[in-house]
Amino acid sequence: MTLDRENISNRLAAVSYIADRDIATALWLMEFLKRPLLLEGEAGVGKTEVAKALAAVHGAELIRLQCYEGLDQNAALYEWNYQRQLLAIKTREGENAETIEEHIFSERYLLERPLLAAIRRTAPPVLLVDEIDRADEEFEAFLLELLSDFQITIPELGTVKAITIPRVVLTSNGTRELSDALRRRCLYHYVDFPDVDREARIIMARLPGVETTLALQIARLVNAIRKEDLRKVPGVAETLDWAATLAGLGLHDLRQEPEAIHETMMCLLKTHEDRSRLTREVTERLLGKVA
Amino acid sequence: MQAAQRIAEFARVLRHNGFRVGLGETRDALAIMASPAGARPSSLQSALRALFCATHSDWEKFDEIFSAFWHGRDMRTAQVVSGIGTPRASRNVGEAKAQGLGQPDHAQRGEGDAAGGHGRREGASVAENLATKDLRHVTDPAEVAATHALAARLARSMRARLVRREQVRRRGRRLDLRRTIHRNISHGGTLIELAWRRRKIKPLRLVILLDASGSMELYTAFFVRFLHGVVDAFHEAEAFVFHTRLAHVSPSLRDRDVARAVDKLSLMALGIGGGTRIGESLATFNRWHARRVINSRTAVMIVSDGYDTGEPERLGAEMRRLRRRCRRIVWLNPLIGWRDYSPQARGMQAALPYVDLFAPAHNLESLAALEPYLARI
Repeated sequence: MTLDRENISNRLAAVSYIADRDIATALWLMEFLKRPLLLEGEAGVGKTEVAKALAAVHGAELIRLQCYEGLDQNAALYEWNYQRQLLAIKTREGENAETIEEHIFSERYLLERPLLAAIRRTAPPVLLVDEIDRADEEFEAFLLELLSDFQITIPELGTVKAITIPRVVLTSNGTRELSDALRRRCLYHYVDFPDVDREARIIMARLPGVETTLALQIARLVNAIRKEDLRKVPGVAETLDWAATLAGLGLHDLRQEPEAIHETMMCLLKTHEDRSRLTREVTERLLGKVA
Repeated sequence: MQAAQRIAEFARVLRHNGFRVGLGETRDALAIMASPAGARPSSLQSALRALFCATHSDWEKFDEIFSAFWHGRDMRTAQVVSGIGTPRASRNVGEAKAQGLGQPDHAQRGEGDAAGGHGRREGASVAENLATKDLRHVTDPAEVAATHALAARLARSMRARLVRREQVRRRGRRLDLRRTIHRNISHGGTLIELAWRRRKIKPLRLVILLDASGSMELYTAFFVRFLHGVVDAFHEAEAFVFHTRLAHVSPSLRDRDVARAVDKLSLMALGIGGGTRIGESLATFNRWHARRVINSRTAVMIVSDGYDTGEPERLGAEMRRLRRRCRRIVWLNPLIGWRDYSPQARGMQAALPYVDLFAPAHNLESLAALEPYLARI
C-alpha cells in the first residue's frame, strides 16, 4: 500500500506530528523506493520523533535499537538463552547427545534481539536504529549487509529470511563519520531546528493548554536563544519543558513576568556556562526583540 | 527519452560537485520523475534531495545546484555551477567552496589537473620552493625530498604506535558470564575456560590546526607534508589550516597522491598574506567543528608561532573552551628551536595556561620526540 505525499502529511498531522514538507516527502519516498532513511541533525531536533511518528502513521510496531560503543551482534541480533540451555542439558543427562543438541538449539531457546525481531514480524514494523554513529564500524558494515539482504544466518538454526521488510530509520548525531556505503544505501534528510511557526504548532499540539500567543512568543524567544553562542543549544524537548513550566505558572504573556522567564531558564540551559552567559540583561534584550 | 537524459545529466552535474551518485540513484530518480511527485517542481526538488544527498554538506549545496540546473540556464547557471559543460572546472569550484577558498587558486589547479603528470611536477616544485626556505639550513633538493619523506614516515609510525595500543591488553577485569557459559557448553556446562571482558581502547584521535600565515611561511610546507602523512595514515585524524580564517582540509589531504594533496594546500597557504587570527579561527573551530571532530580521546595539536593579530583575551577564552572539550592540547612552536626564544608574544602568553605540552617543532627530531608523549595519553 503506497500512500501519496499529501496523505502522509495528513496522517502525520493526525498523530500530532507537525511535519514540514520535506520530511513528508522523505517519508513518502521511503515507501516508494523501499530504501532506509538516514536522519542527521543536532541533538534535540526531534530525529527520533520522526520514527515514532512514522510508526504511528502506519500503525506499525516501533522496534528500537539504541546503538552504543561496543554494540555487538549478540546484543543487536539474537542470543541463545544459555541459562535455560544449561538447565536443559542437566535435566536430560544420560540422553542421546544429538537429541539434546537438537533440543537446546531450537527456537525455544532463542532470544530475539531488535534486528531479528524486526524481520520476523508478520506486519512490517518500523525499525529505528538510533545513533548509529555510536556503534563501531564493524557493526555498521554488518548492518549494511542486513539492510540489503534482509536475511540472517544463525549457524545452529539456518538462515532466517525476512517475513516482512521493515521500514528502517537511522539517526546519527555526527560524532563519527559514517561509511559512504551506508550513506549511499539510504535516503538522507537533514533535520534542522523547526522554524518559529512550526515550533509554535508543535507546542500547541503537545501542550493543548498553551495559548497561541504564548506559544508563538516562546517559539520566537527560543529561536533567538538558539542564535546566541551557547554550548548546548536547547532542543525541541527543552522548549516543550519550558512551555509546560510557563503554562504551569499560569502565564499568558511573556512580557507579563520577565522575572519568571529568567528563573525558569533552567529548563532550556543545561550548563553553568550557558546559564551565566544568558544574564538577566540578555534575556530581557531578547525578550524585547521578540515579544 | 527526454526525462532520462535530463536526469542522467543532472546526476553528472551532482557527481562533479562531489556528490556520490551511482546508477541506483539515477534509476530511482527516474522512478520519482514518473511518480506523482515528479509533477510539481517543489516536490520533485525535495524528493531528489532526499535521494541524492548523503551528507550535510551535500544537503547544503543541493538547492543551489538544483535551481541552477532545472530552473534557469541563464546568469545563475553560469554563477553557481560555472562548468556544466566543462566538468573538471566545475568540480574544482565545488571543492573550492567546500574548503572556503577563493576561486583563483583553483583556476590554477584546474590547469595543472588537465595537464596530468605535468601538474604533479609543478605541485612538487611549489612545495620544494617553500621547503627550501623552510627548516632554515636544508637547501639541497635531495635533502628536501629526504626531509619530506621522513616527515611522512614519521607521521605513519606515530599512527602505528598509537593504534597498536588497542591490541595489547589480553586480560580483562570482569568475567563475561555469557561468553564463559557459551564457551563451556562443550564441557557439559562445567566452567573450565573463562572469558573476560576488557574495555576496548580506542585509538587516540588527532586534530591538527596548522597556522599558515606569513610569519610561519618558513615552516608551512614542511608541516603540510607532515599533515598529509598523519591524515592519510591515521584513521582518526582531522586537519585544519588557518590564517585569518579556518579551513577544514582533511578531504583534500586524503588524496592519495601526495604531491597533488600538498599542492592543493600549498596554494591555499600561499594565497593568503596578512595577519593571523588565531582566536577567531579557534572560535570558528569550537563553534562549527569541535563537536564533530573532538571526542574525549582527542589530542589537539596546534602548530603556530603564536603571533596573533587578534585580541589575546579572545584567544585565551577560546583556548579555555577548547581545553574543556579535548584530552590534551599540544602547542608546537617552531620558534622554540631558535636560540634565546621565550614566549613573549601576547597571544602565546594568553594561550599558554591551557596548553598541556609546549614543544619545539623546528626539525624532525623535535617531532619525533612527540611520539612517545602521544602514545602515553
